[in-house]
Amino acid sequence: MVATLPEKVEATSRRVRPALIDCDHHNELDSDADIYPYLPQRWLEHVKTYGLRGAAGGYYPRFMPHREDARPPSGRKSGSEARFSVKHFLDPENVAYAILIPLNGAGGQLNLELSAVWATAVNDWQVAEWLDVDPRFRASIVIPYEDPPAAVAEIERRASDKRFVQVQFGGRPHEPMGRRKYWPIYEACAKHGLHVMSHAFGSYGQPITGAGWPSYYVEEHVGPSQAMQANVVSMVMEGVFEHFPIKAISVENGFAWLSSLCWRMDAAWRQLKSEVPHLKHEPSYYVRNHVYASTQPMEEPHRPEYFHQMLDHFGDLVDHILFASDYPHWDYDDPDAAFPVNLPSELQRKIYFDNAAALYGLK
Amino acid sequence: MSTPAAEASPDEVRRLTRIDCDIHNVVPRVEALFPYLSQHWVETVTQTLFKGAVDASYPPRAPTSARPGSTPPDGPPGSSLDLLREQVLEPSPASRYPVEVGILTCAYAIDSLRNPDAAVAFARAVNDWQIAEWLDKEPRLRASIVVASQLPQEAAREIERVGDHPGFVQVILPVRSHLPWGNRIHHPLFEAIARKGLVAALQFGGQPGNPPTPEGWPSYYVEEYVDMAGVFASQLTSMVTEGLFDQFPTLKVVLLESGWTWLPAHMWRFDKEWRNLRRLVPWVRRPPSAYIREHVRIAVQPLDAPPDVRQLLDVYGQLESDEILVYGSDYPHAHVFDPENDFLAHLSEDAARKIRSENARALYRL
Repeated sequence: MVATLPEKVEATSRRVRPALIDCDHHNELDSDADIYPYLPQRWLEHVKTYGLRGAAGGYYPRFMPHREDARPPSGRKSGSEARFSVKHFLDPENVAYAILIPLNGAGGQLNLELSAVWATAVNDWQVAEWLDVDPRFRASIVIPYEDPPAAVAEIERRASDKRFVQVQFGGRPHEPMGRRKYWPIYEACAKHGLHVMSHAFGSYGQPITGAGWPSYYVEEHVGPSQAMQANVVSMVMEGVFEHFPIKAISVENGFAWLSSLCWRMDAAWRQLKSEVPHLKHEPSYYVRNHVYASTQPMEEPHRPEYFHQMLDHFGDLVDHILFASDYPHWDYDDPDAAFPVNLPSELQRKIYFDNAAALYGLK
Repeated sequence: MSTPAAEASPDEVRRLTRIDCDIHNVVPRVEALFPYLSQHWVETVTQTLFKGAVDASYPPRAPTSARPGSTPPDGPPGSSLDLLREQVLEPSPASRYPVEVGILTCAYAIDSLRNPDAAVAFARAVNDWQIAEWLDKEPRLRASIVVASQLPQEAAREIERVGDHPGFVQVILPVRSHLPWGNRIHHPLFEAIARKGLVAALQFGGQPGNPPTPEGWPSYYVEEYVDMAGVFASQLTSMVTEGLFDQFPTLKVVLLESGWTWLPAHMWRFDKEWRNLRRLVPWVRRPPSAYIREHVRIAVQPLDAPPDVRQLLDVYGQLESDEILVYGSDYPHAHVFDPENDFLAHLSEDAARKIRSENARALYRL
């Protein structure tokens, strides 16, 4: 709640809620050394000598790294031990499934060969140290998305393991996500029934605004919702969803912007459709059929009625809203206190469980 | 033809008249600036390939760039005062309310000029051209000072030069800047704007050279057109976070061609982030939405409306202020929605009047 505003907010005391599917659960590295056992010797030497190298100049140190209370007794970094995450979060919060999203830089590597090797190693690490540890984990295939042929090879390598449910992009790839460069990746996703997920943050060197680099971490942390909207606009307008029956999932970008984005795209398209004759429907049609968004960080209007209005404006799009906790990061949304309103129980069940279950084929 | 204001009482006229905050006046051709340029620049334009600013923000034939009938015989849309009088200022079947005051928003792309001497010289020329060709000829018009916004010190100098002219009520800046407007490198510019009691207008487009989206360059103009709302949102984030409104407490900013139905969701997110992270920016002492409501105004057109007017009214309510929106026709650009029929007609008379004229009257102290 925005406690600084005068209006009273609805009570959000702990209440009974359904089992949940956490669509943004982070499996962390204590350090890059966790991945070393999965690297071939040539690249192990490389990483030890030169390290990982992404685009420089966009450094906004995080406010704080993780929830301190999520640190395992071993003292390793929060979220870096599967068994502890199970005990600390999955069990007590009644988590039926947690979708793993590792954030450790494969896609942002400037050295494309390293990008591919690192992605493979991270995926091997996910299988051995997470998926094999608890049947409730599902994972995202880390890919070198700036090198689509290598990304396709990695998708082919993982596709038979059905515990991988989607392919992972960073928040700000080198080009808007609808650009043709990435289409071989979408083709491979369509072939294997995998979804495409973009998680906020991570860039290939462009500023987070259309007006250059901001100054403060606050701006870096508000910006992903604009960044993701541009990805959605790109995937829709370039015709990705005309060609591939894939679903695109926005993670950690909020979701209150979905309606106004649809309105704006539809209005612009009515005037400018001659430029994009490959679109057979109005832009919002593609959003309603292909785009999903996870909740955290939940937008919290200080008047509950606005939240209800937002849900009302979504219409059928409420079936595309997925609960996400962002465990174990500092801005984690507590499943029992995340919503600024009391949701009707049918809607609770949809957002906590049914929507994600239908999307990922989970029971 | 009888007009709504013809037999109206003074009160009626006040209710019905509009202040149009977004009328684009366009430099018809570079030669029109010759009387206001030094011999050096006249020769440069005449003898080299340099022809002044390059405007890539509006593809000239795109259906959004010009409404039917807005192209005069001898220049681009928006370049004829006579046509502008006829199509915007006078009541007509297309605009049934008379315009009391029209604010010219010249989007001449000074920021496309990498050569700093050219940028300064052409900004001066455009402003002198505006005085002679528009302000001196039509008392209902006010105008926006065009500046070399990429050079804040030079921009401040130009504001100093012409800022006291009663016809200039604001400074126009491209929303796509090379650094966000809140960045303190821009303080000399905003100091000059605030000192002269002018408004800062952020205008759709810009030529900073960096890409319009956080992922780089999109393929299609329709993407850039839609994505521009995100750039406006980022500028609000920057201006509030950097403390621009704490530094210049009287500063007002007006957004032109931004749309506005995205604003409530942006304020919710921004307020939440501020609540979590405000210790990093302790000068921001109120929720960002409070700064935005106090300092930011938005022209209604192009209206990014839902198909259902009830939803539009919800979003209008979520602004929690009847003072944010100002009327702007965005002439000569073309749009899907008509703000009068599709929006204002559904508001209370009071709220509609504020948008038609009273909010702008307060903003520009008319």
